[in-house]
Amino acid sequence: MTEIICAGFGGQGILTAGMLLIHAGMKNGQNVIFYPSYGSEMRGGTANCSVKISDKKIASPVIRQADIVFTMNAPAIDKFESMLKPGGLLLVNTSLVDENRTYRDDIRVVKAPVTDIANELENPRGANIAMLGVLAASSDLFDPEFLIGQINGYFEGRGRKIPANEACFRKGMEAAK
Amino acid sequence: MKLKAPDRITFSHFGFCPGCGHGVAGRLIAEVAEEMGVADKLLTAVDVACGSMHMNDWHFDTVMAAHGRTLVTAIGLKKTRRDNPVLAYYGDGAAYAIGMAETMHAGLRNENVIAIVVNNAIFGMTGGQMAPTSLPGQKTTSSPLGKDAVRFGQPFKVEEAFSGFDIPYLARGALVGAANVNRAKKMIKKAFEKHLDNQGLCYVELLSPCPTNWNLEPLDSKRFLLEEMTKHFPLGEFKGGDAK
Amino acid sequence: MSERVLMKGNEALAEAALRAGCRFFAGYPITPQTEILEYLSWRMDEVGGSYTQAESELAAVNMVYGASSGGARALTTSSGPGFSLKQEGISYLCGADLPAVIVNVMRIGSGLGNIFQGQGDYWQMTRGGGHGDYRTIVLAPNSAQENADLMVLAFDLAEKYRHPVLIASDAAIGQSIEAVELPEFRDHDLNKYDWPVRGAKADEPIRTVKNVFYSMGDAYEDYLRDKYAQIEAEEQRWESIQVEDAELVLVAFGISSRVCEEAVEGARAKGLKVGLIRPITLWPFPVKAFEKAVNAKAFLTNEMNLLGQTMDDIRLATGCRVPVYHSGSIFAITDTNDLIVRIEEVMEEVKGGGQ
Repeated sequence: MTEIICAGFGGQGILTAGMLLIHAGMKNGQNVIFYPSYGSEMRGGTANCSVKISDKKIASPVIRQADIVFTMNAPAIDKFESMLKPGGLLLVNTSLVDENRTYRDDIRVVKAPVTDIANELENPRGANIAMLGVLAASSDLFDPEFLIGQINGYFEGRGRKIPANEACFRKGMEAAK
Repeated sequence: MKLKAPDRITFSHFGFCPGCGHGVAGRLIAEVAEEMGVADKLLTAVDVACGSMHMNDWHFDTVMAAHGRTLVTAIGLKKTRRDNPVLAYYGDGAAYAIGMAETMHAGLRNENVIAIVVNNAIFGMTGGQMAPTSLPGQKTTSSPLGKDAVRFGQPFKVEEAFSGFDIPYLARGALVGAANVNRAKKMIKKAFEKHLDNQGLCYVELLSPCPTNWNLEPLDSKRFLLEEMTKHFPLGEFKGGDAK
Repeated sequence: MSERVLMKGNEALAEAALRAGCRFFAGYPITPQTEILEYLSWRMDEVGGSYTQAESELAAVNMVYGASSGGARALTTSSGPGFSLKQEGISYLCGADLPAVIVNVMRIGSGLGNIFQGQGDYWQMTRGGGHGDYRTIVLAPNSAQENADLMVLAFDLAEKYRHPVLIASDAAIGQSIEAVELPEFRDHDLNKYDWPVRGAKADEPIRTVKNVFYSMGDAYEDYLRDKYAQIEAEEQRWESIQVEDAELVLVAFGISSRVCEEAVEGARAKGLKVGLIRPITLWPFPVKAFEKAVNAKAFLTNEMNLLGQTMDDIRLATGCRVPVYHSGSIFAITDTNDLIVRIEEVMEEVKGGGQ
C-alpha cells in the first residue's frame, strides 16, 4: 500500500492531484481511498487530502505515516514533513520554497520548480500536474506513461482536453532527474 | 348551503362538541370537493388535535400528521401524488405555536397545497389552554387571570406575517351565521380553484367558536366570536381576492 | 454490471437511493451529511423526483411522513444534532406503519460535538431514539460501496415491514472517495401496495394513515410483537472473519470494522488467534454470529465512542459468559498498530484471569 498526503494552498489543485492519483489507481485495478479535509478544517486557505492506493483491501482512510508527501508550498512542508515514514519521499515546489531550507535526513527530498514550469508552459493551473510528473519520475507508484494517460483520460472524461497538461507532466519528470 | 348533507360526510362517529365550528368547516370542504368534482381525488392531512376527528366523518383518503406538522405532511404528500388535490386541515395551535416554522416556510416557498386553519383562539383538545391567538384578557386554563398580552404577545395575525409572501390566496372567514358560512364556503372554493390551477399555497383561516373551552353557551360564543375575536382577526380576503 | 466510478460515500448513497426508486427527498444542511443534500438538489430533478431543502430536520422528516403516506420511497438524511430532531418523525413513522429511510452520517459528541467521524449514536439508533415502544432496523455500511448497496436494501426492508429503516453511516465513510459499482435503476410504482392514500370514490372504502393502534384495537399488541420477532429472526446480517478458533473476537461496525479486519490479519501474523464479527444490522443485533465464537475467551469492541455502546449487546448475545472489553476514541479512527497492541494486552489480561 502507498499512502500519500497532498498539501498546499487552496487553488493549487491539491484535491485534483489526489483525485488523479486514485483515478489512476482504480484504472490500474487497485483499491483506492481519498479522504479530504472538510468542514471548518477547510477554512484558512490551506488544502490537503489523504490518498491510499493498494493491491489489498484498505482499512482506515486516515494516514498516520505517509510514504509520500506531495507539497506545493512551505506551510505544507511545515505541517506534513514529520508525518513521513523514514525513507519516505517528500516532493518540494522550489518555486515557492526557499532553496536553502533543510529537511529531515532520513527521508528522500525531490525538488522541482513546478509553479515556474507551469507558468513557462502557459498552463498556470498545471503546477499540480507537473508535480505529478515529479512524483512519477521519483517513485515506482505508477508507470509514468500510464499515469499521464490516465490524467488525460480523467480530464477528457469531464469534457476538458488540456494538451498543456502533458507538457507540464513531462517537464516535471525531467526536473526530477 | 344545501339542506342535504354532502355524500362525503358520514355520521358514524361524530365527535365535536355542541356549538363547535369544526363540523361546519368539514362539511363545507366536503361540499366544495363534491361541487368541483374532485372528491374522488382529494387527499387530506389532519392534525392530531380536534380537527383529526374528521378522519371519522370524511369519506376522503386521509393522513393523520404529528401535531403542528400537518402542513409539511401535506406538502410531502402533494409532491408525491402530484395529480391529487391535497388539503391540510389543522388548528391555530398547530399553525401558530408548535408549527409556526412550518407555516412560515410553506408561505415563503409558496408550497402547492390548500391550508385550512381553524382558529378558535385556544387549545381545544388539551382542555382550553392559552394559544398565540388568545385575545388579551382571555381566560384560559393556563391564563386563569386572563392573557397578559405584554408577557405573551398580541394575537397572531397571519395576514400580517404573510404580507411579504407571494402566495395566490389568503383569506379569513367565520363559521357562525348563515352569511359568514356562505362567505367561508366561497373562500374555500376559491382556494380549491387556485390549488387545482397549481398556483401555490391557498390559505384560509376560519374563526370557530369553542363553547366548551371558552366556558360560554353556544349563542354567547357566537357573540364573542363576532364581537371580540373579529376585532383582532378581521374577516375578508387578503391576497388573491375579488377586485374591490 | 456497471463500471466502477469514483464517488464520495455520501454521493454514492444519494445516487443509490435514486436507483432504488426513491423520488422524494427532504433535508437540511449539516456537516458531514451535506453532500447528500447538495447532490440530490440537482440530481433529483434529472430523474423527475421531488427535492426540498426544508426549514428544519423536523419539517423534513415530516415531509417524508407525508410522501410515504402516498406510497413514495422517501428519504431524509442528517447527522448528530439534526438526527436528534428527526426522532419525532421516526416515532410517528413507526406508529403509522410507514416505510422510509433515514440516514445518520454520524459525527462525534453529544450536543454540538464536532464534525469529525464518530459512532456515538449507536444507542440512539438501536433503541428507538424517539418516544414510545419501538425500534427500527439499522444498517451499518463500512464503505462507499456499502453506502450504495445498503441503501437499496434499506428501501426493500422498509417496504417489506412497513417500517422505517435507519442507516448508520459516519463521516469517514461519507467523506471518503472510493471506487463504487452503482446498482441498476429500478422503477417504483406508488400503487405497488394497497395501503398508500390515492383518493377514494364515494362507493370505495377509504384509506387512512394514522397510528395503527387506533385501527387494530386488541390485535395491535400481537401484531407488533410478531413484527419485531420476525425482524429479529430473519434480518440479522453480519460478516464473520476467522471466528471459529478465535480466542479473542473483535466486534466492530462501520469504518472501525475495516481497521479491525486489518488488525486480525496483523494479529494472526503474530500467531494470535483473533477473529472479527462485524454487525451489518445493528438492530437486529446479529446474535446468531456469536454462536460460532465457541473458543472466545473475551470480546473486544472497537468503536468511535467513549462508553463502549455495543458492549451491552455483546453481553446479551453471549449471556455474559466471557468478558467484553472496549477500545476506541471519539477523536480518531483507531490505528491498526495501536489496536494490535490493545489486542495483545487484552489477551494477556484474559490469560491472567480475566477482567
